[in-house]
Amino acid sequence: MTYSYFPGCTLKNKAKELDECARLSSECLGFTLQELPQWQCCGGVYPLGKDEIATKLSSVRALVAARDAKQDLVTVCSACHNVIKQVNNDMQSDKDIALKVNNYLQLDQPYSGETRVYHYLEILRDKVGFDTLAKLVREPFTGKKIGAYYGCLLLRPSKVMRMDNSENPRIIEDFIRAIGGEPVVYAMRNECCGGYVTLEDPQSAKIRSGKVLFCAKDQGAELLVTACPLCQYNLQKNDDYGIPIYYFTQLLARALGLRELKGVPDGR
Amino acid sequence: MDDNRIEEREEIERISGVDVRKCMRCGKCTATCPCYDEMEYHPHQFVCMVEKDEIEPLLKSKSLYKCLSCFACVERCPRQVEPGKLVEAVRLMVIRQQGRNHLNPDMIVKKLDDRMPQQALVSALRKYSK
Repeated sequence: MTYSYFPGCTLKNKAKELDECARLSSECLGFTLQELPQWQCCGGVYPLGKDEIATKLSSVRALVAARDAKQDLVTVCSACHNVIKQVNNDMQSDKDIALKVNNYLQLDQPYSGETRVYHYLEILRDKVGFDTLAKLVREPFTGKKIGAYYGCLLLRPSKVMRMDNSENPRIIEDFIRAIGGEPVVYAMRNECCGGYVTLEDPQSAKIRSGKVLFCAKDQGAELLVTACPLCQYNLQKNDDYGIPIYYFTQLLARALGLRELKGVPDGR
Repeated sequence: MDDNRIEEREEIERISGVDVRKCMRCGKCTATCPCYDEMEYHPHQFVCMVEKDEIEPLLKSKSLYKCLSCFACVERCPRQVEPGKLVEAVRLMVIRQQGRNHLNPDMIVKKLDDRMPQQALVSALRKYSK
């Protein structure tokens, strides 16, 4: 199976591991990520204003490119996923936005939200299957207490994202079980790390991230996994407990025996 | 009532798509907001003040730049008022004016560190400038 793939700006720079491990692992799991040609940055945050059109165009262009390639669209970064999926929802359900976007883009075939958008985790759960993944694991994280950090963008708003129960999610915990680890459930796993406010007010992000880390540590997490480069940055920068923060794809590639992970021994 | 203030409320309602009259003042948005203690006006106050046409203080408030757009209030509002969209609309009313950007590219350089992801920069610029 081949999917159109939108990596996003950060996965080409500061979060290369998130991208590289996703691609490496996909081949091992029987699917291919085909990077969209000339994709443009999603903007990082979904433009909430109902009259915002220009800021939604890059997402629509990616969605149209996937449609024209007759492929579903896969993302890995939580922010890209949130933006593209919400814009796709607008194209399906907001006639005013869809009309203005189509009037501007002048496509051969107007776009009305027909592309299916999946997060990489959804491919693992719904296409590969966590049972199948578990059988392919060569170097399991046996006995390792791993906390899932969902943050805000992966799950919310749930009526659009439709990935998992937004208050009591389990997709990353199920992933952790599949790679042999022991998931640690803690209350702050779906609360914000401080996000982009970190640029202007690092102290604000420190407080937000500190609460998440304290809660995870308190419940016994030895390491955390996330899908978001900004979460990874905020949490790692503000960690006072010595908890390493990894991308889920790094653990995946490690479990599949594809890549060493600095500082993380497998469970054997 | 001052016509100008009513126009401002209508503009905010148009941009946000929020119907402030649905709010029942339960305060759940503020209770769930990760940044409420850093905000001069809390999320439930945004809703209440827009409804009462007390918009001027909101336009001047630093609270506009504390919202994380984390969708906690949007997700958890029992009446689907979705206050985060209202905060965004008020912020857009400010930064869409000439010379009212809260952040410009030339201000970013000294805020950078080696590990900061590109995502932080593009997101902040999207939220704080036009």
